[in-house]
Amino acid sequence: MKKHWYDYLWLFSAAYLILGFFNILFAWVGLLCFFIPLIIAITKGSKAYCNHYCGRGQLLALLGGRLGLSRKRDIPPFLRSKQFRYGFLAFFFTMFFLMLFTTWLVFAGQRSLSEAVTLLWTIKLPWHWAYNGTAVRPWVAQFAFGFYSVMLTSTILGLITMLLYKPRSWCVYCPMGTMTQLICQAKAKKAA
Amino acid sequence: MQTRKSLRRKATVPQAQCVACGCCFNTCPKGAIEMIKGVYASVEEALCVGCGLCSGICPASIIKIAEVAV
Repeated sequence: MKKHWYDYLWLFSAAYLILGFFNILFAWVGLLCFFIPLIIAITKGSKAYCNHYCGRGQLLALLGGRLGLSRKRDIPPFLRSKQFRYGFLAFFFTMFFLMLFTTWLVFAGQRSLSEAVTLLWTIKLPWHWAYNGTAVRPWVAQFAFGFYSVMLTSTILGLITMLLYKPRSWCVYCPMGTMTQLICQAKAKKAA
Repeated sequence: MQTRKSLRRKATVPQAQCVACGCCFNTCPKGAIEMIKGVYASVEEALCVGCGLCSGICPASIIKIAEVAV
């Protein structure tokens, strides 16, 4: 099959994770993975982002598929149930807004910058080497640490379900995927 | 005269459970799968050869290959 430019976007996902290890400010670039799928879903009513451009999905397919790091078993039915998918979306968004609130507290001077990456919403990892402390205003760095935490956490969850089930099992409960599908559903209903 | 029907293996995607990730759509060697409005994947039965690649790759494991009369 003919390869397209977008078949190499897994390089972008891999580079994102690596660069964030050395300089946390690269985390801001991750907003693209947030806004592009939403813009496509809202304007075009399609999940073209999931279908073609998602670097994370490609990375999981590559690791689990071509490199054989997946057991390729069926996902447990509860993980693909609507309750779990919508519940995970709600949980993910709650944590996302808490992260934005922390950023706002730092912006307002109510809290000092925490130079750590929080894994799975609980484990604080030291990450101070990725920020020199003066480059930008504290809230800009706080958002970067928070956003990188979101991206790293979801990557780890994706890798775990890749190992256990199918390579792209993450796609089943990916909050962005669930949200864009909901938008597309609403648009399709409106058009009908 | 009665027309003879033969059984062929075809893939089916249950719409309600589909997450529209596009894995099947990207893997289908016959281009028989279409993504419908970002909501679900749909198999064009006439093009499907029942190879089962989509069923194997589907992260939700919902695609079934069944024999249907054509």
